[in-house]
Amino acid sequence: MILFDATLCALIIAVALATVAGRDSFRAIVFFIVYGLFVAVAWVRLDAVNVALAEAAIGAGLTAVLFLAGIGRLRRAHVQADQGVPLHLPAALACTGLTAALGWAWFALPLPDRPAPQLAQAMPQAGVENAVTAVLLNFRAWDTLLETVVLLAALIGVWMLTRDGNWSAPVGLPQHVRPGGVLSGFGRVLPPVGFLVGVYLVYAGTSRPGGAFQGGTVLAAVGLVAAMAGTVRPPRITATGWRVALIIGPLVFLLAGVAGEMLGSGFLTLPVAIAGNAILAIEIALTVSIAMTLAFLVLGPPESDDSGGSAS
Amino acid sequence: MSGQKRMADIATYVLTGLGLMFFLAGTVGLIRFPDTFSRLHALTKADNLGLGLTALGIAFQAQSWREIALLVLIWALALLSAGTVAQLVARTALNETDPE
Repeated sequence: MILFDATLCALIIAVALATVAGRDSFRAIVFFIVYGLFVAVAWVRLDAVNVALAEAAIGAGLTAVLFLAGIGRLRRAHVQADQGVPLHLPAALACTGLTAALGWAWFALPLPDRPAPQLAQAMPQAGVENAVTAVLLNFRAWDTLLETVVLLAALIGVWMLTRDGNWSAPVGLPQHVRPGGVLSGFGRVLPPVGFLVGVYLVYAGTSRPGGAFQGGTVLAAVGLVAAMAGTVRPPRITATGWRVALIIGPLVFLLAGVAGEMLGSGFLTLPVAIAGNAILAIEIALTVSIAMTLAFLVLGPPESDDSGGSAS
Repeated sequence: MSGQKRMADIATYVLTGLGLMFFLAGTVGLIRFPDTFSRLHALTKADNLGLGLTALGIAFQAQSWREIALLVLIWALALLSAGTVAQLVARTALNETDPE
């Protein structure tokens, strides 16, 4: 297996170099997708299936779709993607600095025991059997709560770009799909299977690899396929029901945190008695919000057909 | 019992080996073929058969029917999305090479 691991490492480095070295943005994105998939395989080899799922779904999948949507937007607006050449140097310096800092941290910090004995001791109080879910939603709940709020803030930032005239239009560009075509058929066949996979990932998250982020990303992808194939109509920003769905995750999370405070174990610290049920409720609510937020992020602000091209 | 296991192992070696050959042929076609349509031809045929044979080979090592069902699901999903994407890429390429 050492040969496999060495080959994998070499491939990851080569693909990473190809991503940053090329001049064409589209090429760079394609290499970025390949890079994400190889890194996901590497996480599986490190026995971190949770991280692998997240990397494959969010890193290689959703982030790449966001990049591709960005390129499409630039092309429609007739903007040269490589205009900001003077920006390349500061970006390269910042990335080199980050890499150096990470490398320093790797050598400076002591390696943690594996598996960490404190975690094994605390697991009976977690309310779930999957250690990763226990850390994410109970022991380090702060991080996860803030992550979901950051996602929401990013979406609000995207929505800020909406033109006044389009504010009450459906989100994203109008989709043109040939009725009875391949894409419209795909949009009917895939969503039921994808929905099942997404829900299963969330359900499995309490005892096995999976969880709200992984399941939510799959569900977001299902929603995107359905929207792009014209199976469902993208909603409007002004619809109250969708707004509630966007904030229900952080809201339930906060309520559970407050419940922890009132039951005497402290804010965002779940007492053993309610931990299991509370985590399940948080997982379900978070999945809804994460799926909606990610799908809305990819669809972008509401646009009409002519607003993109004539913008500049 | 060990005879059965050996038969299963041989089936796995042969089928995954065949699958890898299809992947190899598809990759060569992707690199060598001159235009988008013949590249797509190489990609989809080889990918679908390659992944199908690999999945079939691994299915001989499965411990339960559940694992086999999961392998079939993975193959079917890849087949569905590869076929759809090939159609979409071909249509886009057709529009670009043949503007009205």
